[in-house]
Amino acid sequence: MKKLLSGNEALALGAYHAGVMVAAAYPGTPSTEILEALAEFDDIYAEWSTNEKVAMELGMGAAYAGVRALVSMKQVGLNVASDSFIAASTTGINGGLVAIVADDPGAHSTQNEQDTRHYAKLAKVPMLEPGDSQEAYDMMASAFDISEKFDTPVLLRTATRISHSKSVVEVNRNRVAPAKQANFRHDVEKYVMLPVHARLRRPLMEERLVKLAEYAEALPYNQIIWGERNLGVISSGVAYQYAREVFLNASFLKLGMTYPLPQDLMRQFAAGVEKVIVVEELDPFLEENIRAMGIEVMGKEFVPRVGELNPLIVKESGCRAGLLAEPLRRQKVALSQGLPGRPPVLCAGCPHTGIFFVLSTMGQRSKLLDAKGKAEKEGKLIITGDIGCYTLATYPPLRAMDTTACMGAGIGQALGMEKAGVGSKVVAVIGDSTFLHSGITGVVDAVYNKAQVTIIILDNGTTAMTGHQNHPGTGISAQGKKTEAVELERVVRGIGVEDVKVVDAFDMKALRTAVRSSVDNPELSVIIVRGTCSVRLRKRSGQRAVDIEKCDDCGTCLLLGCPAIQKLDGQIYIDATLCAGDACTICQQLCPKKAIGPVSGKHD
Amino acid sequence: MMKKLDILMVGVGGQGNVLASDILGEVAMAAGYDVKKTDTLGMAQRGGSVVSQVRMANRVWSPLIKEGEVDILVALEKLEAVRWSHYLQAGGVAIVNNLAVPPLSVSLGTHRYPSDEEIKDTLRQRTNHVYFIDGTDKAKELGDIRTLNMFMLGCVSPFIPIDVQIWKDCIFQRLPSNILEINMAAFDKGREEISNVNLG
Repeated sequence: MKKLLSGNEALALGAYHAGVMVAAAYPGTPSTEILEALAEFDDIYAEWSTNEKVAMELGMGAAYAGVRALVSMKQVGLNVASDSFIAASTTGINGGLVAIVADDPGAHSTQNEQDTRHYAKLAKVPMLEPGDSQEAYDMMASAFDISEKFDTPVLLRTATRISHSKSVVEVNRNRVAPAKQANFRHDVEKYVMLPVHARLRRPLMEERLVKLAEYAEALPYNQIIWGERNLGVISSGVAYQYAREVFLNASFLKLGMTYPLPQDLMRQFAAGVEKVIVVEELDPFLEENIRAMGIEVMGKEFVPRVGELNPLIVKESGCRAGLLAEPLRRQKVALSQGLPGRPPVLCAGCPHTGIFFVLSTMGQRSKLLDAKGKAEKEGKLIITGDIGCYTLATYPPLRAMDTTACMGAGIGQALGMEKAGVGSKVVAVIGDSTFLHSGITGVVDAVYNKAQVTIIILDNGTTAMTGHQNHPGTGISAQGKKTEAVELERVVRGIGVEDVKVVDAFDMKALRTAVRSSVDNPELSVIIVRGTCSVRLRKRSGQRAVDIEKCDDCGTCLLLGCPAIQKLDGQIYIDATLCAGDACTICQQLCPKKAIGPVSGKHD
Repeated sequence: MMKKLDILMVGVGGQGNVLASDILGEVAMAAGYDVKKTDTLGMAQRGGSVVSQVRMANRVWSPLIKEGEVDILVALEKLEAVRWSHYLQAGGVAIVNNLAVPPLSVSLGTHRYPSDEEIKDTLRQRTNHVYFIDGTDKAKELGDIRTLNMFMLGCVSPFIPIDVQIWKDCIFQRLPSNILEINMAAFDKGREEISNVNLG
């Protein structure tokens, strides 16, 4: 049966058909849809874990118990899970363990652009890289087989343009019945990594790599496609697709297993062509490994190592390398440059808007921009931020965020600034899911070391940015079952924070009072700002409108940065199709002229 | 069978760009083509630029279309049409919904939204086949502004030599039954509308 599947859907279906029994993940673009798809099957166990490290450990446990387990995450998630991942490589597994890690070349939705392939080398595990959805589906079966055959976790590396592209998949397998009943066999030399046991495992890891490299020679995913012999292209993943479209007549070595590499196959290929170019996204990972084998290749001196590739960039690289004669036609169209950008923004009715407006105005950052878009003024509060939709409060007009690094970092950074002795009050802002992921240990540190900061937890009851996944605070499991909800206020009080306030995200007066009181408190304080994510509002009613008779164009409402409040040709108006109405009303609460109210009478 | 067709569908988050281009991909697959389809969404759920690329041919390699090789540009918003105009090939087709959604920088007064004349002039640097459609008004007339994406799909459909029944089957399979009727009406309306529109 043919299906048009995204890479992520194909990976999930491939894993299901390969007999996976346990799946765990923390949401992260572009990997999220893998677990979402697996959670639909009720004959397996799938969970949103608290973070990627817990997910990896869950996968280890399940694999130790003899069943096939899958963990999935975005590339920075593997940083969080790396300790467990390398531990899993050291002990080996029993049932198959596959870790899908999704890179984000071009940093479409990530704080960095790291190349996950280095982890395969670091952890000494085999790595597979699909080039489209069909391969994503097929490779999952091989990944579990390799994992069990070689007693190793397998890294399956995907990327945004594989995970989030749809292509045609011939679905030609059914679910294989899980071979084994979960059953853990005691084996302390394998599973208890006392140094004395770890030293026993080390040579086994090296032997494993040698055997894997031999296995890679005959693996059908590593494939030579002979064309004309004057040029050979070595490539993998989506880069292969670009190269295939650009170098029409060349010979190709397509690598589906990119660690360890099939040395004989590569030598055979290199010997069969006049010259070789390596086309790969991000770092020269293949190139350096191939050069180390003594094979002369072209690569990153022509192909960019920064950003996402595309066919045009690969073509330009080919031209620079003198491999393509065809001149480039690249005509810019006048005006398509220098247009107003359309960056993502906090949604209309977002429960984060009110609190950031308070922080922005109290910190004296917010004012109407001048014609050049500048409203520079040093803030009176330092606001350390975190990863989530609320990072968008960095943009004008709110400009209410000073740092964002990685999951959970804002709290530790706030402590560091306070201990360093900055003059301003430091406020750490973190979302509910991010707090549970890696903010809790920061609060423990703050209590223990008598921090004098304010921590604001933005509780919108979901993991919003990745598409509204449940988390431990929501009380609903990944598979939609009711479960125990972890209450944020009980967590922070239990850790020992005395000053804990819970405030309605849409009550501007209460927000201002709470922030004022917490900032004035010389001790540690926590504010939980609670309000439903507007995207999840089932029914919208009472959309607001601007009364032009009363509006004096002061622009205060525009300082919220609400996308429903628009101004075109000198007129401020509210787009009723975007406005969250009665659920929000913060613009109405702010308007000095009382010019904003519900749309009266009939609809527009 | 066509040799190849590359379609770029652009809009603003929340307009239904991804669903419409998904259906377009499914239509092409049902008609026997190889298909690749990819979306670029940026980091948030709503409000940013959304770009969907659909490629159909006997064999498709890259999911990304080369700049200057798009056969049909479908824009659910005018500024986004201009932003992606350089992707259009000379002589291609541009179908533009006559809707302005000013980005924040325009509302805040730091940037200017281009005039209709500027938008048309820019697109005409690439092609004379520019269709301006009052899609948002038509969707409102149908009773739900959210049918805009199916209306625009209807507008595109006559430019792609695939039987209309395949389009309808794919829409039928993809949409929930409670909104099927109005969306099917929007598709029909779009298909009819495009034949009445003068080149803008």
